[in-house]
Amino acid sequence: MKHTFSVLVENRAGVLSRISGLFARRAFNIESLAVGITEDPNFSRVTIVVEGTDYTVEQVEKQLNKLIDVIKVRTIHPEELISRELVLIKVNAGQNERGDIMNIAEIMSAKIVDISRTTMTLELADTSERVDLFTELLRPFAIREIARTGIVALQKGTDTISVKK
Amino acid sequence: MINGAQAMVKCLESEGVSVVFGYPGATICPFYDSLSASSIHHVLVRQEQNGGHSANGYARIAGKPGVCIATSGPGATNLITALATAYMDSIPLIAITGQVATDMLGRDVFQEADITGAAEPFTKHSYLVKDVDQLPRIFKEAFYIAATGRPGPVLIDVPVDIQKKELSQPFSYPKQVNIIGYKPSIKGHGLQIKKVAEAMKAAQRPLICVGGGAFAADGYKAVRTLAETYQIPVISTMMGIGALPSEHPLYFGMLGTHGVPHANQAVHDADLLLIIGARVGDRAVSSPNIFSKDSTIVHIDIDPAEIGKNVGTSIPLVGDAKTVISQLMEFDPHPGDISPWLRRLRELRDRYHPDYTARSDGFINPKDFLHRLSQRLPEDAIYVADVGQNQIWSANHIAIQKGRFLTSGGMGTMGYSIPAAIGAKLAAPEQMVIAACGDGSFQMQMMELATICQDQVNVKMILFRNNKLGMVKEIQKNAYGERYIATNLDGSPDFLTLVSAYGIPCRRVSDIAQAEEAIEAFLSAQGPYLLECIVDPEESSK
Ligand SMILES: Cc1ncc(C[n+]2csc(CCOP(=O)(O)OP(=O)(O)O)c2C)c(N)n1
Ligand SMILES: [Mg+2]
Repeated sequence: MKHTFSVLVENRAGVLSRISGLFARRAFNIESLAVGITEDPNFSRVTIVVEGTDYTVEQVEKQLNKLIDVIKVRTIHPEELISRELVLIKVNAGQNERGDIMNIAEIMSAKIVDISRTTMTLELADTSERVDLFTELLRPFAIREIARTGIVALQKGTDTISVKK
Repeated sequence: MINGAQAMVKCLESEGVSVVFGYPGATICPFYDSLSASSIHHVLVRQEQNGGHSANGYARIAGKPGVCIATSGPGATNLITALATAYMDSIPLIAITGQVATDMLGRDVFQEADITGAAEPFTKHSYLVKDVDQLPRIFKEAFYIAATGRPGPVLIDVPVDIQKKELSQPFSYPKQVNIIGYKPSIKGHGLQIKKVAEAMKAAQRPLICVGGGAFAADGYKAVRTLAETYQIPVISTMMGIGALPSEHPLYFGMLGTHGVPHANQAVHDADLLLIIGARVGDRAVSSPNIFSKDSTIVHIDIDPAEIGKNVGTSIPLVGDAKTVISQLMEFDPHPGDISPWLRRLRELRDRYHPDYTARSDGFINPKDFLHRLSQRLPEDAIYVADVGQNQIWSANHIAIQKGRFLTSGGMGTMGYSIPAAIGAKLAAPEQMVIAACGDGSFQMQMMELATICQDQVNVKMILFRNNKLGMVKEIQKNAYGERYIATNLDGSPDFLTLVSAYGIPCRRVSDIAQAEEAIEAFLSAQGPYLLECIVDPEESSK
C-alpha cells in the first residue's frame, strides 16, 4: 500500500541527503519525493510517498523522527489527503495533430505552455492518477519528454503540520 | 578576538573535558596548536580507530561523552569503524575532524574526504562547520545530542580555515540548547506506566531482560532496585552484563545464541517479560519463536524506534529507564506469589554445569581460567572483552561484582578491548581495568601497547592464544564441512618477545597448575601486564 508522509525539516544543507540516505539504508522504497520551502523560510516540507506494510510505515516515521533536522513527521490518511503533482509533457505535434491534442488538454484541464512547428508542451497539475491518465492519452502522439515533480500534499480541513510557536 | 581553534578548545573546557584521544595531521594543526595551551590531556593513540575506541571506553565509565580527534581524509576515514561501534552500542562520543579549507571543499584536493557524508549512517548527528561564529552553538548542541536521549556519536568536521579564522564576537559558550527537532522524552507516558504496573501485578512468571541502555544515566541501579523489591528474576543481553552482579541470587545469565540455557528457558517460560534498555538484536534471540506466544512483552526504551523493531511488543513504554522505573514503582506493582517460578529457575540454573575442567596437557581451559580469575578480581574491576570465542568465554564466565563489563556488542568490532580499556582506565584510575582478547584481535590493536607505555596506563591484558581466528574456524567447522581457510594465524610472533620489546611485563600460562600463581602476578603487578593463555584450537565457544 502507498503511504504519504509530510515531513517538516530544518531548511539546511545536508538534510535531504540524510533523509534519502536513511531510506536507502533501511530499504524503504521511495515512490516519490518532493521538497520545497514552507511559509517560514527556516523550514522546508518534504512530501514522501512510500510503498510498504504497516511495519514499514511505523519504522519510516520513527526513524525519520530520530533525525535531528526533522521537526515533525505525519502520515496523511488517504481520506484526509489533498495531493497534487505537476507534469510537463512535450509531444510531437504537427499541424494534423494539434487539434486532437488541444482537445485532450481541454478535457483534462491542462495548459499548453509552449508550441513549436513540430511539438507542443503541456502542463497539468492534478492527482497522480490523473497525471497518469493524461500521459496515457498523449502517448499515441509520441511523447518526446516528460518531467514530473513528485507529489506534494496537505491535509484537508483546518489542521496543519507546522512548527508550534 | 580568539580564533576558531581556540574557541574549539574553550568549548571542550566549558564541557569539562579533561582528556581527549587523537592523532594529528595538517588540517587539524590549528586545533592542536591551541590545545597545547590547555590543561586538557591529549592521549596520542597509534591509529585513529583506537582513539575512537578509547573515547568509547572512557565514555562508558565516566558516564559522559568521550572525545576523539582526527585529521581530514585518511585520519577521518580511519575513525569510521569506531563511530559505527559506538553508534551500535549507543555510546556518547564527540569526534572532531579537521577538514580541507572551505574554498577547497568538493574539489577532491589532498586529504579531502566527505566524512560527514561517509559517517552519516553511523552518527547520531554531524556538523560541517562553515561559520566560525557557530562553533560554540555547535559544540554545545553536539555534547547535548551525544549524551541525552539514546546516546550516540556526534561528528564535528571543522575546515582548517575556520579553525584559523577569528570570531567576530567575544567567545561565549551557550548555557542552553534549542533544537526544535530534538526533544527526547525522558518520562514515561502515564497510561502506559499504569498498564505495565497492572501487568506486573497480574504476572506469575515475570522476568526482566536488561540491556546496555540501562547503563545510561545509571539506570541499572533502578533495575536492580526494581528486581530486588519485587523479587523479579533478571537476565541480560551481552550489553547488559553487570547490571546485576553475576552472583546475584536474582541474576540468571545472558540470553541468546551464545547465552546460557537457563536464561533462554526463562525467556521462553515467562508470562511477563520486561525488556529494559535492550534492542534484543538478532544475536540475543536464539530462535525467533523463543518468546512464548501468550506472554506479555513490555518494552521500555528511550528510543521509540527500537520498540517493535525486533520483537513484537504488547506494551510499549518510551522513556529513560531510571525515570520510568521510579514512575512504575509508585504503583507498587507487586506480582503475585512468584516463589514457585524463582524456585524453578534456580533449579534450572543449578542444573547448568559449565565445563570448568582443569587441563594440564599444554592447554588452558579458558572457562576454568576465567572462573579462577573471577574469584580473585577486585570487586570493582572493569573487564573489557574483545570479539571472538574469547568474547563468549568472557561473557559467560567472568563474574562481575561492582565493576563493569564492556564489549563491542552490536558491531562485534575486533580490536576493541585494549583501546577501550585505556579509555576506561583514564576514566577510573582507581579501578583495575582488564582487557581480554584473542590472538587475532590482539594483532588488530597491538600498536596501542605504545600508547600504554607513553601514557603509563595501567591496563592488564589477557591474550587467549589458540593460533586461530577461533570463532570463524568454529563456523567453518560447524557449517562448512570443516573446510578451513584463512583462519590459521601461524605467522604470529612470539607475543612475549613483542610485549617485552615495549618493556611491558608479561608471562605465558599453558598449564592450570601455574595459573593461580600467574593470576597473582598479573593482578599484583604495579603497572600494565600481559598474560598469555595457551588455548586448544579445538576449544569451542560453548
Ligand atoms: C574487525 C573485524 N573483522 C572480522 C571480524 C570477524 N570475526 C569475528 S570473530 C573473529 C575471530 C577472532 O579471532 P581471535 O581474536 O583470535 O579470537 P578467538 O575467536 O580465536 O577467540 C573474526 C575474524 C570481526 N568481528 N571484526
Ligand atoms: Mg584466536
